[in-house]
Amino acid sequence: SQDSKMASVVPLKEKKLLEVKLGELPSWILMRDFTPSGIAGAFQRGYYRYYNKYVNVKKGSIAGLSMVLAAYVFLNYCRSYKELKHERLRKYH
Amino acid sequence: MNENLFASFITPMMFGLPLVTLIVLFPSLLFPTSNRLINNRLISLQQWMLQLVSKQMMSIHNTKGQTWALMLMSLILFIGSTNLLGLLPHSFTPTTQLSMNLGMAIPLWAGAVITGFRNKTKASLAHFLPQGTPTPLIPMLVIIETISLFIQPVALAVRLTANITAGHLLIHLIGGATLALMSINTTTALITFIILILLTVLEFAVAMIQAYVFTLLVSLYLHDNT
Repeated sequence: SQDSKMASVVPLKEKKLLEVKLGELPSWILMRDFTPSGIAGAFQRGYYRYYNKYVNVKKGSIAGLSMVLAAYVFLNYCRSYKELKHERLRKYH
Repeated sequence: MNENLFASFITPMMFGLPLVTLIVLFPSLLFPTSNRLINNRLISLQQWMLQLVSKQMMSIHNTKGQTWALMLMSLILFIGSTNLLGLLPHSFTPTTQLSMNLGMAIPLWAGAVITGFRNKTKASLAHFLPQGTPTPLIPMLVIIETISLFIQPVALAVRLTANITAGHLLIHLIGGATLALMSINTTTALITFIILILLTVLEFAVAMIQAYVFTLLVSLYLHDNT
């Protein structure tokens, strides 16, 4: 009984995000790898996760490409929000 | 309205960092590579299209000219995808910037011309004088041919810039007109909206045609010089 309790404790660094308790979240975030190669690795993992789920399948649909383009439109909207907010249909800007 | 019209052509920067680099690199994300024989649908479609275009465009060249196949194919893919992405709402089109188009046109044209001068010097110099000109006209004609040679890269760049910029401006203007007319006279707004739809279809065609024209002309300059 004592041995099984010791073996089931996983160190915080290696837990995935969904297994981290809410109280441990700030320390988990601070322990992530923020070096340039760490950030590049994160982007690469994210890219391959999306690619292998939606594009690199036997019968990929238009949704795989469309989601990327929709995200691109959204990011461009966020980028130019400062100029666009003057074009709202309001009486006083 | 005046300031807003040209606001979409400003180079995007964020906190002093060039965001435009990411935007220029974004089309490469849409063309994945693969080493397999049978690929997923996206790559198979792109490979089929690329084979079609390369066969049609590189068939006129000899062996020496066909070494440019990779360069010309990546050129048409880049310009085509960048132009088409620029038709999405709120996006920035790098090919509206004259600096970028000059940066594409001048090296490619200069490469073709210098190749011609190095390998076939006599034939390249002979291009400056068409066959059968009367003797008194020769000096003036040589000057005119020289000018027309040096204007080729400028024309390539300005053609692409002007076409894409004019298309984007027209879409902005007619879209703004439709919005303004909706509260005044709905029928006119409807007609303007139909004009907007037709214009958008035209812009899709122009996006692809301009890529084709740019690459075709470079390939023609190459053909003259190999």
